[in-house]
Amino acid sequence: MKALSQKRRHPLAVIALLLMGLLVTGGLYAVATTVNEAKASTTSFSANDTAEGEKLFAANCATCHGMGASGSQAGPSLVGVGAAAVDFQVGTGRMPMQMNGPQAYKKPAQFNDEQTHQLSAYVASLGAGPAIPEEGLLDEKGDAAAGGELFRVNCAMCHNAAAAGGALTRGKFAPALADVSGKHIYEAMVTGPQNMPVFSDANVTPEGKRDIITFLKQIEANGSPGGADLGALGPVAEGLFVWVAGLGVIIAFTIWLTSRTS
Amino acid sequence: MGNHSDGSPNHSGTVATAGQNEVEKFQDPGIPPHRLRLADTDPKAAKRAERQVAILFGASVLGTLLFLVAYFAIDLGDASIATIRLQNALLGLGTAFAMLGIGTGIVHWAKALMPDHEVSEERHAIRTEDDRKAAVRIVDDIVEETGIKRRPLIRNTLLGAVALAPLPALAIFGDLGPRPDNKLAHTMWAPQEGKLKRLTRDPDGTPIKASDVTIGSAFHVIPEGLNELHEGKLNEKAKAVVLLMRLDPASLNPSEGREDWSYNGIVAYSKICTHVGCPVALYEQQTHHLLCPCHQSTFDLTNECKVIFGPASRPLPQLPIAVDDEGYLVATSDFNEPVGPSYWERDEHERSIKS
Repeated sequence: MKALSQKRRHPLAVIALLLMGLLVTGGLYAVATTVNEAKASTTSFSANDTAEGEKLFAANCATCHGMGASGSQAGPSLVGVGAAAVDFQVGTGRMPMQMNGPQAYKKPAQFNDEQTHQLSAYVASLGAGPAIPEEGLLDEKGDAAAGGELFRVNCAMCHNAAAAGGALTRGKFAPALADVSGKHIYEAMVTGPQNMPVFSDANVTPEGKRDIITFLKQIEANGSPGGADLGALGPVAEGLFVWVAGLGVIIAFTIWLTSRTS
Repeated sequence: MGNHSDGSPNHSGTVATAGQNEVEKFQDPGIPPHRLRLADTDPKAAKRAERQVAILFGASVLGTLLFLVAYFAIDLGDASIATIRLQNALLGLGTAFAMLGIGTGIVHWAKALMPDHEVSEERHAIRTEDDRKAAVRIVDDIVEETGIKRRPLIRNTLLGAVALAPLPALAIFGDLGPRPDNKLAHTMWAPQEGKLKRLTRDPDGTPIKASDVTIGSAFHVIPEGLNELHEGKLNEKAKAVVLLMRLDPASLNPSEGREDWSYNGIVAYSKICTHVGCPVALYEQQTHHLLCPCHQSTFDLTNECKVIFGPASRPLPQLPIAVDDEGYLVATSDFNEPVGPSYWERDEHERSIKS
């Protein structure tokens, strides 16, 4: 202990302390945000699923969406939104919403895969809507180059060319797409959750969607060819890095240049 | 009264009076005594500093070699991203060491080994009249020795040469033209030989049926025939790109004369921001806001893309659309104003389009 207190004025002590602090916060954060990977295996619903789903809906969703999902002041009608919308909203934890606000946040899912499946079954039974995509469209074996072109035309303006997400108006934002399962990406495209526009099959074909998912998974797996991409957020992050690190190095060199040699 | 003291022992504590401080308190301390460095006194230290400089220069050599090896030895034939990243990292490290090695080596050499005694230079009083005369004499000498006064032929040809020399630059500036005239005011959407242009998908150019556009959809649209252009495709695309959206028809508030510019709630607006021309394509399907990512100009789709926030000064131009016999969406005319940001002749062009 004495040795430690003697070293506390060492010039490197501040750096060591900073590193330690960063490590601890980073570690805690990583533990706190373990992702919840939801994977429903089948898209066929039984009568039992629908009945169970109705009970779950009445208990958890009807407060805002109304009995029979016909909508209320607090939430839209869910008739005709389809199983894909429920699977996306509930499977990514966006619904049930934590609180009213400009945007529903992604969070650990409140329902397990089976319950999500039952809720989807119930809402799908209320009216025709986009279904949960088939496995074949999510195999990530499409044409990544074609997917990249479609992504840059249709998605990149909000989600960023590197799929790192971006800001919208008045507190809303387009989320980053890393660590989002192919199924959820597909469902978001066909249903247009929250303020995202709908990209129906007439706009971007199912094969095109498969290409987009292939592209997203490919850039996620490969990373940035230039090395550290600083969050791929562009001039703000890069400028901050240059101002802090670049100027820091220049100042250090100036001090060295004008100091006396022993 | 407190005891005033400026630290000088001669003061008695009385209040200072004018004239008392005329004696200069601080004398020029001169150059501080020269302090020898370790390398000046200890030959071992000098040897060590020499070795350090050599190591830094050696690091520069290694950096250059690293760059060359990374550049030539890593084959990018059909390399993965990981290989490209490795090469980029090695090229960067190589260049950094090559430059920093030389720079830090020279600085260390100068600081540790080169003589470091301080030298002061006296400032001489300025003798204006003499200096001026000397300068005039020098100019006179030059004029005299070149003989420019005696040889008008040389003088005149020189003047001619100097006068003509900037002309090549003028010719090159001419290549910046020709002026675009009214090209900025027209896009590919204008009907050709009476045939209305279809709205097609970006990038593949397939036509869009009105029934394809469901409520909440956003289509990125290019004019029919753009992909078949051989020349100037990007220029045409930059003017003609359109965002197509479908809203509840009841939420649209068309002004007089624009009631038939939409079809069942389907509207098409130019994607080029009227501020500085970024693509405005961030569409929020519930608030019906269009956001420009560059400077956050926000347009309200339900009010003909009126600016509700940000630096843009005009609404986005609307493309009048209809449906042809086969159910495909077509543009009934070109935009009725120039798209994109302001330019010098814009008002003139707008008047000529509208008349």
